[in-house]
Amino acid sequence: MTAQRLSWLLVLPLTLVLALFLVLPLLTIVVVSFWDYNEWSFFPAFILGNYEYVLTSNVTWATYLKTLKFTLLTWGFCTVIGFTVAYFLAFHVRSLTWQIALFMLCTIPFWTSNIIRMISWIPFLGRNGIANSMLLDMGVIDAPLEWLLFSDFAVVLAFIHLYALFMVVPIFNTMMRIDKSLIEAARDGGASGFQVLTNVILPLTKPGVMIGSIFVVTLVMGDFITVRFMSGGQSASVGRIISNEIALLQYPAAAANAVVLLAAVILMIAIMLRFVDIRKEL
Amino acid sequence: MSVSRYLELVKTTKRYGETTAVDAVNLTVPESKYVCILGPSGCGKSSLLRMVAGHEVTSEGDIILAGSNITNLPPAKRGTAMMFQNYALFPHLSVRDNVAFPLKMRGIAKIQRHNEADRLLERVQLLPLAARKPDQLSGGQQQRVALARAMVTNPQILLLDEPLSALDPFLRIKIRAELKQLQRDLGIAFLHVTHSQDEALALSDLVVVMNEGRIEQASTAHDVFNKPANEFVARFIGGHNVIETDSAKFAVRTDRVSLGKKSAGALPVNIRQIEFLGTRVSITVIGESDLEFSVEVPDRSFFNRPFEIGASTFLSWKPEDAHPLAA
Repeated sequence: MTAQRLSWLLVLPLTLVLALFLVLPLLTIVVVSFWDYNEWSFFPAFILGNYEYVLTSNVTWATYLKTLKFTLLTWGFCTVIGFTVAYFLAFHVRSLTWQIALFMLCTIPFWTSNIIRMISWIPFLGRNGIANSMLLDMGVIDAPLEWLLFSDFAVVLAFIHLYALFMVVPIFNTMMRIDKSLIEAARDGGASGFQVLTNVILPLTKPGVMIGSIFVVTLVMGDFITVRFMSGGQSASVGRIISNEIALLQYPAAAANAVVLLAAVILMIAIMLRFVDIRKEL
Repeated sequence: MSVSRYLELVKTTKRYGETTAVDAVNLTVPESKYVCILGPSGCGKSSLLRMVAGHEVTSEGDIILAGSNITNLPPAKRGTAMMFQNYALFPHLSVRDNVAFPLKMRGIAKIQRHNEADRLLERVQLLPLAARKPDQLSGGQQQRVALARAMVTNPQILLLDEPLSALDPFLRIKIRAELKQLQRDLGIAFLHVTHSQDEALALSDLVVVMNEGRIEQASTAHDVFNKPANEFVARFIGGHNVIETDSAKFAVRTDRVSLGKKSAGALPVNIRQIEFLGTRVSITVIGESDLEFSVEVPDRSFFNRPFEIGASTFLSWKPEDAHPLAA
């Protein structure tokens, strides 16, 4: 057997898996997005009405704006938290044993499911929840804060809780690969602690920040359950629109929405990748 | 009166917990001299250099440079500059920005610092590559960038941590000569840490041989090689046979011992191994009670009268070539 055939054979299994479980479903969604539907069924056709509705409806634009707002807020907080935690782990914790131990500690919340972690905020943030009663007892507030739960605040808080680790891990990973002698060289050149951070660590950590950002942006853009739970059904997100349409059996409309969302996310990632070259990290 | 630019170490000590890496070392590095600290790995030579650079806290003792005590100053305030073993160039910065980095940290304007960087890059013949990133350079070129970066702050002394160890042997000899030339041009002291005997002998005005955190000998390259202070130095510097008699221990250079006829004081030996080294031939012989000696002879005299492996002969040397060693 020639070497070339052998290499084709070697890539075959993964190609099949991807074709079957990624490309085929995507194509199905794209095809269905052009189909037509009525109250009780959907059927093959080629209409642009689904897209027309998605792109012209005010609801879509308002929802995208809201989703973008959640994404931006979550991304901003996750980046700051992720960078700080990773910096502490990589540069302040000296022994490898402690680094691993603390890193494991960060992952403990992930031992339970997303939904459980989300729901556990409810007794904490609720009207008579722990947070409110504590603040009342301390005399900081006179009446329970209404905006703690079932609000945009709660949604963003849950997002950060859910996804901050996706930022910590890639940033920590890039930071650990920074040669410690670079920091000494910077010190030798007269850099202060802050200058080391801005001139050496930050630029060298950019690829990790970018990988984490891709995780956070795609996860938040596609989310439908967190927004529903934490906003108490008061906030919409693109994911929720799709899930509602599926619940109403409007599959072609949901498919069109999904294609638009996919295009929007791909566009965002493409823009992000223009700024940082992450190939070296992969 | 000009201020002396001597570097002086006074009982400088480095401890890591229970272990002592550098044990109360006293050393004077004269200004504008090339000084090599030579020793096996783990002898404390790197710790010593890093203490001088300020990258390691001095546990005890003082470090004095140009008349001021720099023991507890931060690296950039000492008047030292360090060149790192792996060069530690910033991968995200161009060659020019790498060299200009220390000036940027001092808040010097971009045009000015780039001019200064270009001046140094010209000196190390890298100006045409100033816009490249370090990973687009060869090892030798990276080394020169690191050197330019270290010199940009006009240090009083340049500290070099195994600067040649990452280069291939041919380049190593070429860059070695460039380093020495540069040191002469700059007229500042170079403190160079190495584990290579050849490097230390070729470069140094002063060789400092270290072992187990202490200085075993500090003298000129010629003296270290011809008058090793003790058995450790004689063995570590190489090219010596350490011979022990009942009363004394002495070293004889391998090229000052000869094989041949029996004479007074000659040792009976067996030839164990013969290695052809190009200009010389190295012969390993075994004496009584399995003592090993090595003999180096010029290739011509060897091939005029070759020896066979396993042959018996006698090892002798002139009394004046035997250098007594401290116990």
